[in-house]
Amino acid sequence: MTAAVAERRSGIAGALSDVFFARPQLLTFLLLTPPLIWIGVVYIGSLFALLLQSFYSLDDFSGVVVHEFTLATYEQLLEASNAQIILRTVLMAVLVTVASAIIAFPIAYYAARYARGWKKALFYLAVMMPLWSSYLVKVYAWKLILAKEGIITWFANFLHLSWLLDGVLALPVIGGPSLSFSYIGTFLVFVYVWLPYMILPTQAALERVPVNFIEASADLGADPRQTFRTVIFPLALPGIVAGSIFTFSLTLGDYIIPQIVGNSRLMIGQAVYTLQGTAGNIPLAAAFTVVPMLIMAVYLWMAKRMGAFDVL
Amino acid sequence: MSPAVRFQNVSRRFGAVRAVDGVSLDIEPGEFFALLGPSGSGKTTCLRLIAGFEQPDDGHIEIFGERADGVPPYRRNVNTVFQDYALFPHMTVGENVAYGLMIKGVGKSEREAKAKDALAMVKLAGYEGRRTAQLSGGQRQRVALARALVNGPKVLLLDEPLGALDLKLREQMQEELKTLQTKLGITFVFVTHDQGEALSMANRVAIFNEGKIVQVGTPSDVYERPKSRFVADFVGSSNVLPPEFAASHGGQPMWTSLRPEKIQIAAKNALVPAACAHAAGTVTAISYQGAVTRITVATDQLALIASTPAETTLRKGDSVSLIWPKSAMVAMGETA
Repeated sequence: MTAAVAERRSGIAGALSDVFFARPQLLTFLLLTPPLIWIGVVYIGSLFALLLQSFYSLDDFSGVVVHEFTLATYEQLLEASNAQIILRTVLMAVLVTVASAIIAFPIAYYAARYARGWKKALFYLAVMMPLWSSYLVKVYAWKLILAKEGIITWFANFLHLSWLLDGVLALPVIGGPSLSFSYIGTFLVFVYVWLPYMILPTQAALERVPVNFIEASADLGADPRQTFRTVIFPLALPGIVAGSIFTFSLTLGDYIIPQIVGNSRLMIGQAVYTLQGTAGNIPLAAAFTVVPMLIMAVYLWMAKRMGAFDVL
Repeated sequence: MSPAVRFQNVSRRFGAVRAVDGVSLDIEPGEFFALLGPSGSGKTTCLRLIAGFEQPDDGHIEIFGERADGVPPYRRNVNTVFQDYALFPHMTVGENVAYGLMIKGVGKSEREAKAKDALAMVKLAGYEGRRTAQLSGGQRQRVALARALVNGPKVLLLDEPLGALDLKLREQMQEELKTLQTKLGITFVFVTHDQGEALSMANRVAIFNEGKIVQVGTPSDVYERPKSRFVADFVGSSNVLPPEFAASHGGQPMWTSLRPEKIQIAAKNALVPAACAHAAGTVTAISYQGAVTRITVATDQLALIASTPAETTLRKGDSVSLIWPKSAMVAMGETA
């Protein structure tokens, strides 16, 4: 006959199992401490150091950072040339986010509602595969596509639509000598590169909308358009907001895409890159970095006010 | 007057599966009608056909005399209480209830007043501002009911309405649903796999098996006079007697139903009244079920189950005589 209470397993593993079973908080504590130290010290700590830097200023003559608290650096941000950089970047981020949301939604909706089995696998593959290859390679590939001798120009010629392409490039501000030297090009590449980050959270949110909500809505008299507006979209909104946090903040901070594809006007990321590097103006670079953080904070606060997270 | 719901030879197939197979059925206005059957028998598909979530592959459905073929759910004056209620999580209780009215374009103050009345009707007055996540299962059920009824449907459909509730609450809701239905006079059609629920709530019951209706009738009809072995067995457990056994015990040579509560257990050599049949056997199992005790007795031909209301002094292995009125044997018209 076997005993009702089994012997403790031999060795240290057996003893540890019993200790952790009796004190589950101990295990949680041990598991969480290393990552919390990492986040607390390395992550938040360096962010705080950054914030601190932005309140110092650069001595114009000596080029040395003056370690005294001042708002002078933030005043510099408001100078026309710097304010333009911020405005330009925010505008680009907004447009990229809106375009990503519009393109992503039908794809996410199809994947969440209709794709099953191999179609679903194909969806994940198609959305994720671009993320497997280097971001730089993709951006340079786009440069080739958009360049004056590139695929788009060739294709426009082939379809006898060069006049259309020339017309688009002749547009003020967003046009340029070629797509790869215009805001249009920068915009296209941003949308391409960040699109998966919009599709996946949107799809995850739609996935959690049960079919019987849609049936209940129809049952209560709502046609498909009304159901979309009053049930599907509000329930997908947290996902879209999550996706927009990615597309918006990634666009705000990126300095490689506008460097490779775009005109010579700077975005925030490029400004930070130049200021901390060649110019050695760490305080202004830090102040520039604070801008996207503030914008994101305001954006999230507004999203919360609008009830985007009520369903979470 | 045309029936509230009419099925004319309706079939619905999913791939090779005939979920609903040639069903014809009339549900009269004001009826409390149950669709009863085991899971996968087609009862829920029938409900979805009335709601418009499914369309028939063959046959026609009429709602109050109007052809419903191809009419989408949002153009049917029929509302559904879903099995898991399907309350919208991004709306308050009040907004959920007022949803149908909002869609119809009813003004804010009017729909709020109507939602308030509907909530009061289901005994949830003052719950308008709550989030649905804060409600218990029974309360969600009531909100779902109010949300459907506020639209004044011609037919109310309920999909396993009490399935997720615990026993006590279920019995209470059964009473309330019946009262509500009588008061409103709306046709209620509900789906259930619980025969007790169907018998206690419905005016009439349709029993489904494998996509077909096997019997329609009042609860006492289907319980007292089952027409097939399936019905006898599914609606309350029954002793199903083979034709030979029935014939040799004073019945007809057909498959015969004999309800356990009709059988009396007597001492081995007890006197058998003239109008009764009897069989001798040995007790093989005793199952205490609270209100009744079910006793299995093996006769030399088959095992019979008898239920006695009182506590019993019987023990396993006792030799007993089973006595039942011959009139309690219901021939089901099946000889094979």
